[in-house]
Amino acid sequence: MSSFKEMTGKVAAMDRTNVDTDQIIPKQFLKRIEKTGFGQYLFYDWRFKSNGEPDEKFELNHPATKGASILIANENFGCGSSREHAPWALQDYGFRVIIAPSFADIFKQNCLKNGILPIVLSANQVSQLLEKAAGQEYEMTVSLEQKRVYDETDFRAEFEIHPYWYQMLLNGWDEIELTLQLEQNIQEYEGKFLSGAR
Amino acid sequence: MGKTIIEKIWEKHVVHMEEGRPDLLYIDLHLVHEVTSPQAFSGLRMKQRTVRRPDLTFATMDHNVPTLNRREINDQVARNQMDTLRNNCEEFGIPLADLDSPDQGIVHVIGPELGLTKPGMTIVCGDSHTSTHGAFGSLAFGIGTSEVEHVLATQTLWQTKPKTLKIEISGTLGAGVSAKDVILFIISKYGVQFGTGYVIEFCGDVIRNMSMEERMTLCNMSIEGGAKASIIAPDDKTFAYLNGKKYAPQGDEFLDQILEWQKLTSDEDAEHDDVIEVDGSKIIPMVSWGTNPAMTAPVTERVPFLSECETEAEKKAVQRAFEYMGLEEGQLIQDIHVTKVFIGSCTNSRIEDLRAAAEIVKGKKVASGVNAIVVPGSQQVKKVAEAEGIAAIFIEAGFEWRESGCSMCLSMNDDIVPAGEHCASTSNRNFEGRQGAGARTHLVSPVMAAAAALNGHFVDVRKLAGVAV
Repeated sequence: MSSFKEMTGKVAAMDRTNVDTDQIIPKQFLKRIEKTGFGQYLFYDWRFKSNGEPDEKFELNHPATKGASILIANENFGCGSSREHAPWALQDYGFRVIIAPSFADIFKQNCLKNGILPIVLSANQVSQLLEKAAGQEYEMTVSLEQKRVYDETDFRAEFEIHPYWYQMLLNGWDEIELTLQLEQNIQEYEGKFLSGAR
Repeated sequence: MGKTIIEKIWEKHVVHMEEGRPDLLYIDLHLVHEVTSPQAFSGLRMKQRTVRRPDLTFATMDHNVPTLNRREINDQVARNQMDTLRNNCEEFGIPLADLDSPDQGIVHVIGPELGLTKPGMTIVCGDSHTSTHGAFGSLAFGIGTSEVEHVLATQTLWQTKPKTLKIEISGTLGAGVSAKDVILFIISKYGVQFGTGYVIEFCGDVIRNMSMEERMTLCNMSIEGGAKASIIAPDDKTFAYLNGKKYAPQGDEFLDQILEWQKLTSDEDAEHDDVIEVDGSKIIPMVSWGTNPAMTAPVTERVPFLSECETEAEKKAVQRAFEYMGLEEGQLIQDIHVTKVFIGSCTNSRIEDLRAAAEIVKGKKVASGVNAIVVPGSQQVKKVAEAEGIAAIFIEAGFEWRESGCSMCLSMNDDIVPAGEHCASTSNRNFEGRQGAGARTHLVSPVMAAAAALNGHFVDVRKLAGVAV
């Protein structure tokens, strides 16, 4: 996993509630066996009309969001299917941070495992950001080290993150490698309890 | 203070605990399918890692598989994904219920059916509907592909202890009302994220009276309310279901296990973080009208009027849903016409679901202009349904009878609802595009789907069944 310390980047705003992973990456693109190359299919059914032309009404097709690396979203972002193709697509498209009032549990985990930072801010703070970024170029800085987000004018907010993920992201550690260091504990557990599935 | 069933299972599975970290939990059963596993196996290979416990891992293919001709798979990308799973299972020694196996089926149907799923276990799968297995008193939840790789390599997962929510459902369900209506009712009332951060324990008279199939339907859809997992304490019905199953313990060992499994209940003085009480007697058949499972109404009612929306955000979402679904505000649910009917999916494709739907269909015909398909959840379900004459009832009525798989629940294979058409579906998600770009999904129970197939629009199945309402 790549590490995350601090970044300044362009913001895209998506003021919709309950955006599910079927929208983030539609099922027809789940048949690939690689982790890469999903960005072109991100929000496919919303981004493109049925004739394949970009839909100008869709938030991410607004010129001001070009090159955005921070996504401001609304309640319950990433609900539904556990497909990790959703964070792979967001990351491949260029997003490193997603800010929302709430996230679905599995999606949030999937983001963290890929070095995408999901930040929970209050509904009030998120609506301020949605307003600032709507239809115009807007930049923010996200510091994981200081657990702060801020812009050049008047917005600043602190956020919380589990100490485990704070360390994992800052250092870009490989989680499996860490767990394998506990091999002895796993063996002891297996010796004590394991009845076996079959 | 006593412990909840969730705490009991959790504590028994902690391999390592340390300040500032989630708990490291041991995983008893890892179910694998073709769509969310290839990148996990590649990850292992890249780091020269191996599968720690292939004996605690079991694979099948379900998401992509054709339900008509199994021998000719025209979709090259899908075929490649199935071949990849086959090769990965062979390389790492993982048992696989392949396309031609009598055990093949939807992963959440075959786990219980083969007796792989057992009370007290921790169970994971790269699929959000893994919550289904909670019906057996196991702690079961969906994971992403990175976690699939982690479990393959270590047979463990780092997990933060969840909060617990007790949902007590009292009373008796009316005739024609099923577990699907119960869970749709709960989600329509409490929304699509009331369960976020929680594991739900379902209890109460309604639960005790439910069959194992109904309990699975209920737990299956807890994720649509945001809960990663839900659980039902095992009882005699659970044990009777597992008795004699292929991978369940046999003979005296089974009897010994029952004594252990009986301890898996929440203590009387255990405290849940939250409690919801539901009167099951008041629930009637439900139909989803919108683009998330909370957008659901009783069959006797209307879709909302925009003036009824409580917030601007809700109004915006409802308006968008109307536009996508082609509905007018205040329209009667029973005036919604369907041209597609799908009976299947990990929510409602078990033998009891098919029996109940066949009861409604028997001796009648699918309405003209309606294309209706039945996709049994597994080859075992298919075989039993054929032996019992249930398949014949569907076929005579004009339904198509298919091979087992996920099929039209997420339409990764050829089973697609065309844009603009309305589908009465026994599946679990009515998201935009879920059953095909522009497809309009209405989530219902198997008997409600059967009734819609015969009438070409939604009807109150209680009337068809001769129940006074």
